[in-house]
Amino acid sequence: MDIFLIVLGAILTNNILLTTFLGICPFIGVSGEYASASGMGMAVIFVLTMTLPVNWLIKHFILDPLGVGYLSLIVYIVTIAFLVQVVEMFMKRFLPALYNSLGIFLPLITVNCAILGGVLFALATWNLGFMESVAYGFGGGVGWALAIILMAAIRERLRFAPIPEGLKGPGIALIIAGLMAMSFVGFSGMINIRDFGG
Amino acid sequence: MAEGKTAVMQRASAPAIPLTQRLPQTKGWKELVQDIWDDNPTFRMILAMCPTMGATNMAINGMAQGLATLIATVASSATVAALRTIIPAEVRLPSYMIIIAFWVTIVDIFLRAYLPPLSAALGPYVPLIITNCFVLGRAEAFASQNSPGLSALDALGVGLGFTMSLTLLGIVRELLGFGSLFGIQIFSGWTPWVIMIIPAGAFLLVGIYVGIVKHFSPGGQIGGGA
Repeated sequence: MDIFLIVLGAILTNNILLTTFLGICPFIGVSGEYASASGMGMAVIFVLTMTLPVNWLIKHFILDPLGVGYLSLIVYIVTIAFLVQVVEMFMKRFLPALYNSLGIFLPLITVNCAILGGVLFALATWNLGFMESVAYGFGGGVGWALAIILMAAIRERLRFAPIPEGLKGPGIALIIAGLMAMSFVGFSGMINIRDFGG
Repeated sequence: MAEGKTAVMQRASAPAIPLTQRLPQTKGWKELVQDIWDDNPTFRMILAMCPTMGATNMAINGMAQGLATLIATVASSATVAALRTIIPAEVRLPSYMIIIAFWVTIVDIFLRAYLPPLSAALGPYVPLIITNCFVLGRAEAFASQNSPGLSALDALGVGLGFTMSLTLLGIVRELLGFGSLFGIQIFSGWTPWVIMIIPAGAFLLVGIYVGIVKHFSPGGQIGGGA
């Protein structure tokens, strides 16, 4: 039950993009087209779900026992870069169709703040347990994907809307994101992931 | 490049010109000014959006986040430039990431030790400077091909432009959201605009800023990064 609540909380109340502002650059940059947006969303779900358990194990079995917490940032980012590489090779070998549809988005995920941000929230800010971290990783990824796919769908329709010259492109995208964030405020308070932390 | 060369030639032929007139001609100065305004990371390039929104609910937070990023960017760019002949091209991106992570860790530890309230207010946005797109962007696009001094100036320009944008956002959000400025109450009996404190207000405000900047100087490139 806890696991289900955390997944739901990560998607709605603690949406990684609309409430904690992580991963906004690709959110604005890649949401112009529906197909690429959903590809990016899938890639983020994949990597975030893989990264959190691995970094959790590294934190609890290597960094904490050795007392080298100050190295955590460097270790996390290297782990993320390494995992993205592994995921890329794995997909190329076993899921070529998905690999081709993701294209350039996979390597770009290393510098997506949603990944490192998700790791930092789960492991440093909230100090979640192992299964809770996995659930948060999956839910966070799904929440991010949901936001970018919604955004891409809206922007496809905006193509024919009369928008003031200065606001075309990123300007109007940010304002739409603001309206979306406003609607997500309605979920706030329903579930608080902080309560599941140790 | 060509402009830089002429500037150097002018400097060599006419050394009597005072520094105040000579400075705007130098290459470093041009990089600095260009990065502050023409290539402003926030309103022009739409880069580094996460800290732009997450850490600007108060003017002081925005400024601190900007300065922390500035220090990390300058240090990383100078280090990358100093090591540019040693780092093999095949592994340059992971190497840059490690250099950046090293400097960001130092900034983070420094803030936690000497300015704990500020560090707590900024939360994960200081460690997240690692994934700040323009820090890696400056390392890859500029520092990997230029001298440490010039790279530091280039990074300083981007950092100053970023600090300026973040402080500007923080000022508006704090004024409307809390009725105060840098923690000092400006309007007494102010009804707070909750929208400016929550995420939605940050998105709206940045969108409006981007629109204003683009409206008044339509030239230049506005792009969305990854």
